Amino acid sequence: MNQSSKIRPVPEGTKTIGDVTVPEPVFSCRDVDVYYGDKHAIKKVNIDIGRKQVLAMIGPSGCGKSTFLRCLNRMNDTIVGARVEGMIELDGQDIHEKRQDVVQLRARVGMVFQKPNPFPKSIYENVAYGPRIHGLAADRAELDEIVNVSLRRAGLWEEVKDRLNQPGTSLSGGQQQRLCIARAIAVNPEVILMDEPCSALDPIATARIEDLIDELRESYAICIVTHSMQQAARVSQRTAYFHLGDLIEVGETNKIFTNPQAKLTEDYITGRFG
Amino acid sequence: MNSTNDLPVKSADETQALVRKSLARRYRAEKRFRAYGAAAVLAGIGFVIFLFGTIFSQGASVFRQSYVQLTVTYDPEVIDPSGARNPDELVTADYQSIIRAALRERFPQVEGRPNLRELYGVVSSAASLELQQRVVADPSIIGSRETLWVLADDTVDMLLKDKVSRSAPEDERRLSDQQIGWIDALAADDSLKLRFNAAFLSNGDSRDPEQAGVRGALIGSALTLLITLLLSFPIGVGAAIYLEEFAPRNRMTDIIEVNINNLAAVPSIVFGLLGLAMFIALFGLPRSAPLVGGLVLSLLTLPTIIIASRAALKAVPPSIREAALGMGASRLQMVMHHVMPLAIPGMLTGAIIGMARALGESAPLLMIGMVAFIVDVPSGFVDPATALPVQVFLWSDLPERGFVERTSGAIIVLLLFLIVMNATAVILRNKFEKRW
Repeated sequence: MNQSSKIRPVPEGTKTIGDVTVPEPVFSCRDVDVYYGDKHAIKKVNIDIGRKQVLAMIGPSGCGKSTFLRCLNRMNDTIVGARVEGMIELDGQDIHEKRQDVVQLRARVGMVFQKPNPFPKSIYENVAYGPRIHGLAADRAELDEIVNVSLRRAGLWEEVKDRLNQPGTSLSGGQQQRLCIARAIAVNPEVILMDEPCSALDPIATARIEDLIDELRESYAICIVTHSMQQAARVSQRTAYFHLGDLIEVGETNKIFTNPQAKLTEDYITGRFG
Repeated sequence: MNSTNDLPVKSADETQALVRKSLARRYRAEKRFRAYGAAAVLAGIGFVIFLFGTIFSQGASVFRQSYVQLTVTYDPEVIDPSGARNPDELVTADYQSIIRAALRERFPQVEGRPNLRELYGVVSSAASLELQQRVVADPSIIGSRETLWVLADDTVDMLLKDKVSRSAPEDERRLSDQQIGWIDALAADDSLKLRFNAAFLSNGDSRDPEQAGVRGALIGSALTLLITLLLSFPIGVGAAIYLEEFAPRNRMTDIIEVNINNLAAVPSIVFGLLGLAMFIALFGLPRSAPLVGGLVLSLLTLPTIIIASRAALKAVPPSIREAALGMGASRLQMVMHHVMPLAIPGMLTGAIIGMARALGESAPLLMIGMVAFIVDVPSGFVDPATALPVQVFLWSDLPERGFVERTSGAIIVLLLFLIVMNATAVILRNKFEKRW
């Protein structure tokens, strides 16, 4: 699988401060540009995403962190007028290559959205949907097993085991978001992208999701966009700071928060703007 | 630094006084609006009650029809002079004379050709058909006597239903004083009365009001609408899905969208002309056929269904699409598994509106010949047929009094058809809606 997941050289002239590269990256992004029509939303971003760790992306609203996240599973393809340039390699293979099927890519790179968006179907069907369309289960028993394991790993099993046939939309907001995480891990992805997964949740539900992220880190690479710097500090090992489409600084989380190198990063994390 | 306290700001009391002043005006406006709304609703209800009241008061009588009780003799000399019981001869025999003999027997005092002709006019010409059917079905009754109910003439029927005046001068009536005398005599000993009119629902059209029924038009409408539904719903929904979910957004699709919206507003008779030129002249399909009617009405219904279906697809929240795509569903899987189940109720609403409009259309059907006088009940999609609204149009044009109530009766049947069709669709829609 990872025939060439060695470190890709970072192009000359990158303005990003900090450790752009990691050993054995799952994603290597080089000179990534995103345009929405005439708007240049992401400018020459270079970053690696490491295995079994959490990368937090922070920055003021409209800085392009969500846009960048959506590049990683090509969700920007669905937006009319969006154009992505540059190279994004998943395990050494460019995700924009012809032979990279977008459906397969999204099975390898799962996504959890800002607003919990369970399908208007039963809890069971929500989790079973991915394995079913990708043909991951040979029979009903295996599918039951996948649903069971996914719900357990998402920490939701005990709460829903007696009502798997009830609609997923009947759960509380925090439960819905964990259902969406269970749905994402049911297809056994390599990477999970999370776009502000806790912004619609109360602090207790947020704490549960953060614990869950910490557990899932042992199996998956996780990329999380967040507006909460405390959350970034709590759950992530690496942090990337975006500003107006530029990746300003990236590095180990404790270094970014205790000793930021760039002036912009320092201003943001000390609360001077944003 | 400038203090914001220096800026001109009204005191709290001043502000509250102004708010109080404006309150009365706001509540008045709201009350006025409610009154307008209530008045509009009441006026609407009033018109609906008036409409249904007139239709039912004029049309309800159609479900009862005047019958005369006669004792007939199946005279072998008349029916089967050769005695061979040859079916062809039994069909062509002169049953009219048997009816006449029965009438003469009932009123032996009537003499002279003009008087007898008036007497014969009391019974419908359909009565002899009734005898013919009985004899052909069972030739062994030849030679026997039987007492049976036969259709009265429509003029008799109108008199019995009080739809014509007895006090008008004789030369302005279609019934003479003499005939009214016989009718009263028959009614007095219960040999003439109103009975349930099954023929109205089981017969096709006829020139005689007492024989005319809506079955031909009802079946014609049903066949036509079946074709319309089978064509326009799948094609309309498919077109909507393609345009909304798959088609690229460019000048071409913009033009298509504008054209679909315009087509929905094209007068229906234009679709009739199109159908005439295309399906009949170019493709050589038969005239007056439910198949062609269905094709034409499909053209008419398609824009409505496409527009409603696109609106239903647009109303599905984008988060559901993102969730499906994010799970690795293909576009088609996204549409079929997640978007369609949520959009189906809206699509069915569009289909209800389109089909209701198609059911009520008569103009395009006139163009393709479904306005012909057709007695036989159609038994297939290419048999000549007419449709309920066209039948209403045809009957409303006829001079006989009997057709007035038949026009209203056909409207009642049309409305019932509409209610049954819409109720089915609404039940279906609610069933789909319940699946979250």
